[in-house]
Amino acid sequence: MTATAPQALATLPLADDALILSHRLGEWAGHAPVLEEEMALANIALDLLGQARALYAGLAEVLGGEDEIAFLREERAFRNCQLVEQPNGDFAHTMVRQLFFSAYQQPLYARLSPVLPLAAKAASETAYHRDHAEQWTLRLGDGTEESHARTQRAADALWRYTGELFQPVEGLDVAWQELAEEWHADIRDVFGRAGLTVPEGPSEGAWSAGAGRQGLHTEPFGRLLAEMQHLHRSHPGATW
Amino acid sequence: MTPVTSPPRGHGAGEGVSGTPDPAARGRAADPEAERSLQAAFDAAVAADERIEPRDWMPDAYRSTLVRQIAQHAHSEIIGMQPEANWITRAPSLRRKAILMAKVQDEAGHGLYLYGAAETLGTGRDELLDKLHTGRQKYSSIFNYPTLTWADVGAIGWLVDGAAITNQVPLCRCSYGPYARAMVRICKEESFHQRQGYELLLALARGTEAQRAMAQDAVDRWWWPSLMMFGPPDDESAHSAQSMAWKIKRHSNDELRQRFVDICVPQAEALGLTLPDPELRWNEERGHWDFGAIDWQEFREVLKGNGPCNEQRLNQRRAAHENGAWVREAAAAHAAKQAARAAQGAASAPRTARS
Ligand SMILES: [Fe+2]
Ligand SMILES: [Fe+2]
Repeated sequence: MTATAPQALATLPLADDALILSHRLGEWAGHAPVLEEEMALANIALDLLGQARALYAGLAEVLGGEDEIAFLREERAFRNCQLVEQPNGDFAHTMVRQLFFSAYQQPLYARLSPVLPLAAKAASETAYHRDHAEQWTLRLGDGTEESHARTQRAADALWRYTGELFQPVEGLDVAWQELAEEWHADIRDVFGRAGLTVPEGPSEGAWSAGAGRQGLHTEPFGRLLAEMQHLHRSHPGATW
Repeated sequence: MTPVTSPPRGHGAGEGVSGTPDPAARGRAADPEAERSLQAAFDAAVAADERIEPRDWMPDAYRSTLVRQIAQHAHSEIIGMQPEANWITRAPSLRRKAILMAKVQDEAGHGLYLYGAAETLGTGRDELLDKLHTGRQKYSSIFNYPTLTWADVGAIGWLVDGAAITNQVPLCRCSYGPYARAMVRICKEESFHQRQGYELLLALARGTEAQRAMAQDAVDRWWWPSLMMFGPPDDESAHSAQSMAWKIKRHSNDELRQRFVDICVPQAEALGLTLPDPELRWNEERGHWDFGAIDWQEFREVLKGNGPCNEQRLNQRRAAHENGAWVREAAAAHAAKQAARAAQGAASAPRTARS
């Protein structure tokens, strides 16, 4: 993998983002606050998994089959941002994470649609994800004192993982600065309507070694992979 | 059993449910003459295989039987998500992970259709969930068994969804319209689940020695509980006779169980797996497979709450509901604030115009 030109792996971060967030959303199955959310969270998880698989298919020549990519890489080889690997927390935490991520993923896919075959379809899927997360942010921000407090706490806690999203990905020709400005305007707008305060703290970790895009992840990610990969790795060479 | 007051005629889906009984309806029920003619019309409709619809008059006992059965069915769908969701995060391939997530999502959808069907009878989802959470209504005992390995996901699809289909296909012709129509949609999806489960087991049975052993172990554990899904033998079944007369039920428990065994035996053979019953043999005379005695003691124990996962399943369900309370409250509070703001906006608009 080290010998591969970065261009060939340009979509790997997008694919890993989609896979890992899908996995986190899958953890909600059977635990959602209402039956309608069981459906919605599973829908989003399935869309994201579909996107990951389509993107992995495009990387097959470089990295091998989708299961090899998902189940046999070590933690340091994953290129997802740290935001998507963060544990679900409560429903507010999951929704704010979703808003932060979908508000980034949607315009990113939209910009890539001329060069990335699946991006147009993915952009319309993620527009739904963003809208769903926005609706919940408005309900929770405005609803009760408790829901407001939980949502604000989630935003404050997740803020430090948002700066990484706009770090240029090598091989993806995107105006990252413009994307970042658009994202901030979007979040300011939703938070304003939800009565929430846009956090002021740092939007990145202070560790200069880098973050998810460099293969440096947070502690919960190792456990996520241990769970996700365990069965596949226990039966080398088996087909399922 | 507490008698259920019939909601008034015209109390259909989507209108305020489980509310105060209409005084007109109570007056009508008090008139024995009218009651007799309504009963006759109902009996004739059932006899002619016509559908009873939410707005039609129906006997209180018919209504309460349906609510109990539909609720139990709905509860089974949502509790049934748990044993399979247990494997979503560990699915061994991305393809299987997608199939499993979609399946668990389907079960949530089945729950929604069925709570909707119960609502047309005047009992809302909140009330039914409360009865589930407080143990006053049951769900299928099969979900009180654990999913110990990945192969259990296949065994559930093949056997549990398979048994559910055998039970539920006749319900597509149930006399109550909304239930019958919900079952048509549900059965279509259940048959997908059954095929996917079979296909999962087939991949294991044709895989490595360890995979094959995993598949056999799962079938060994799920076979007998699946046969119990059809309920107690006919001579001990409490509700069967009346339900058959009302055409809520069309076949007896034992008939359906036999049908299921007859379907499964050749499928197990095609899988290259055995069923854990030394007494299974073809009976030429009956034209059916004979099978061994079911351990009804185990069935009664699990039903009583002593199964391996009864507490776990109910606790998880309650926890999901309780942990979600603040979310539901927030949504309701936001909706109320929105409505108030809209009303205030409307009220202040003319004033603004005047000033
Ligand atoms: Fe189902
Ligand atoms: Fe099913």
